[in-house]
Amino acid sequence: MNRTGCGETVTGNPRPAYQESDTLPAMEPDEELLRRLRAGDERAFVTLVERHNGAMLRLALSFVPSRAVAEEVVQDTWLAALRGLTAFEGRSSLKTWLFSILVNRARTTGVREARSVPVADAGPVVDASRFGPDGAWAEPPELWIEEAENRIDAVKLADLLRVLLDTLPARQREVVLLRDVEELSSADVCDVLAISEANQRVLLHRGRAKLRQALELELGGAPR
Amino acid sequence: MRISFQRAYPWLRVGSRGPDLVCQQVVELVTDYLEGALSPADRWRFEAHLEGCPHCTEYLAQMRETIRLAGRLTPEDLTPAMRSDLTDLYRQWRAEG
Repeated sequence: MNRTGCGETVTGNPRPAYQESDTLPAMEPDEELLRRLRAGDERAFVTLVERHNGAMLRLALSFVPSRAVAEEVVQDTWLAALRGLTAFEGRSSLKTWLFSILVNRARTTGVREARSVPVADAGPVVDASRFGPDGAWAEPPELWIEEAENRIDAVKLADLLRVLLDTLPARQREVVLLRDVEELSSADVCDVLAISEANQRVLLHRGRAKLRQALELELGGAPR
Repeated sequence: MRISFQRAYPWLRVGSRGPDLVCQQVVELVTDYLEGALSPADRWRFEAHLEGCPHCTEYLAQMRETIRLAGRLTPEDLTPAMRSDLTDLYRQWRAEG
């Protein structure tokens, strides 16, 4: 046992309530924390948990039906990560690696995903009735960007977006979550979900279009 | 990997006559455009359409705004209960040897 001095009372810095990831204060990189973790530093583990647990829980909730199950999946993932620590070669980021483990675990528990029937979700992403016979807009997009910007710091807008995200079909939600919320690269999203680039793009297209449509419905209404 | 929008969206019945895209096609190409997945020719046609179409320009801007808003969603903070559960998990794992 190689316990370090800070083992018993962990008084970690609370994660700042950041809005934009680029305003985060300089953090110790994951690689350095992993090095310390491999050397038996419990504090490094707790810091990694503080950094990644929220995103993992959010992803797990996208797969499984209840918070309790999601928390279990996240705990399983951390344990699997600890056990696989020596195998992790750092070819992907730690976050992507954790997400991959999590998705595998969630899918074996994935009641929610199994429940959702894979519908042949083809057809246009903008209702055909909004275009004239020539294919030009007959009912153009209502303006809402300014309204969103005015409300951008309001808790309500974030809550609205979370609700909208949650109403997306499972596979679209997973892709939008990883790509646009967690800001993974498309290659990483394909790895984590084990889907092709083309498939990922279709799911992303449909998911984003639905979010846009819902935002227009919710925030739009400025005169055309 | 680049695929033509005609292959991706066959139901759009793209006219083979002219190079111009119509709005209904443009909205289906937005993600491929943002992802850099359009062929140079399709990209050119997409951008040529935008230049003359304020509605599709607005649609694209709204899609970018949607992505931006999604990127601002923060995960919830670690609860004390989860922190203590995970600290226990770590100690058990250490005890495993």
